[in-house]
Amino acid sequence: MSDTSAIGATATPRVSKRFRLQWEEAQQAWVLLYPEGMVKLNQSAGEILRRCDGVSSVAEVVADLEQAFATAGLEADVVAFLELARKQQWIDM
Amino acid sequence: MNAPEVVKHQPGPPLWLLAELTYRCPLHCVFCYNPVDFAHAPDELCTDDWLRVLREARAAGSVQCGFSGGEPLLRDDLEVLVAEAHKLGFYTNLLTSGVGLTDARARALKDAGLDHIQLSFQDSTRELNDFLSHTRTFELKQKVAATINDHGWPMVMNCVIHRLNIDYIDRIIDMAVELGAEYLELANSQYYSWAMLNRDQLLPSREQIERAERVTNERRQHYGERIRIFFVVPDYHETRPKKCMNGWGNVFLTITPDGTALPCHTARMLPGLAFPNVRDLDVRSIWFDSEGFNRYRGKGWMKAPCRSCPEQEKDLGGCRCQAFMLTGDPAAADPVCDKSPAHHKVVEAVVRAERGEVAVVAKPLVFRGPEESRRRLAGLAGMK
Repeated sequence: MSDTSAIGATATPRVSKRFRLQWEEAQQAWVLLYPEGMVKLNQSAGEILRRCDGVSSVAEVVADLEQAFATAGLEADVVAFLELARKQQWIDM
Repeated sequence: MNAPEVVKHQPGPPLWLLAELTYRCPLHCVFCYNPVDFAHAPDELCTDDWLRVLREARAAGSVQCGFSGGEPLLRDDLEVLVAEAHKLGFYTNLLTSGVGLTDARARALKDAGLDHIQLSFQDSTRELNDFLSHTRTFELKQKVAATINDHGWPMVMNCVIHRLNIDYIDRIIDMAVELGAEYLELANSQYYSWAMLNRDQLLPSREQIERAERVTNERRQHYGERIRIFFVVPDYHETRPKKCMNGWGNVFLTITPDGTALPCHTARMLPGLAFPNVRDLDVRSIWFDSEGFNRYRGKGWMKAPCRSCPEQEKDLGGCRCQAFMLTGDPAAADPVCDKSPAHHKVVEAVVRAERGEVAVVAKPLVFRGPEESRRRLAGLAGMK
């Protein structure tokens, strides 16, 4: 059922309706909430997912991250994480 | 020179808040984990108390909130509480038998921001369902399942599994799929409270469990991604205990209907331990500072064989209530562990189940209910 094709630069991922993404002050982390459960995200995972709004393209997400963290060459890492996130059904494309 | 320092286990936040709003319940389940003496319970917390508890728990870092009971729908302020929890940023779960979930209430709960409903079923066969729950609720649950789906909630179905329904597990799974459940939790009964009274009649044989696991795996393959099925193995048939509540005072905070704060649903049974009440103390102090929450935190309390066990981190000595019920000592190793000197008590119960010695006729099931609860309280008073 899940799409296994590569995630392209023009794709517009969004956090799946099965999950709710929110910042948790007490944990100083972004978390994904679902029925009776929680995934605690590390900083990079949180920063990527919070930009997955269903409108921004992968290229835009990468550019925004590179600007926010004053770095370059993030695309491969972002795509690799998004592929993992899709496999976990955290995001829809 | 530095003085020797007592390294204090620093717990994380109480991520899971379980609000047991009431012990009142229209069902009379023989495996209920509510205390057997629930009829004795003092007044329920009022709406304002609960609103304060929600705010305090959220500030202390709680993120999942379960509204449970008893039957939480019997509280007519449920919508108010859900709305506040939602506003505070909780992920809100309603754990219900479905009795009382009319379409109007479902709509009000949706408007209040309820994220999820876990619907409990006793069985897929109406006769056994009604026998076990003592009420005619099965058709109603089908209707409720439809309501849950209509409102777009993800639905987790929960079915407590035991000797009397485990052989129908294929039909239970099929029914869950038919009703549109996304997750199905097949939770083998755990033996506390009412279930403990009925343990000999509810404990399945090893053969029954093996068959049920086999059937569950076949059904998983058959249905693929349509449904995710969790099969929770009964610990009496194991040789290592479960890490109860993922560790005492580690993630889980239960508030009972009268406001008592507990590290697990049944901890109130433990002797020599006073648990704080939210009427007297704020949630943060309860969680971090109270004796009730610190007593069995971490590993400092452990005795032999746990104290020197290489697996102590894995299960943290198992369940304190089970240790107390089977050995009389809440700091003993959980007798499910085959390193426990009391392990034979678990083995004997399983052996009785294997032999099928206990017929339901010979020892009638005890149905959960206020009258039975009062009767038992009176019996205890008579013994004093």
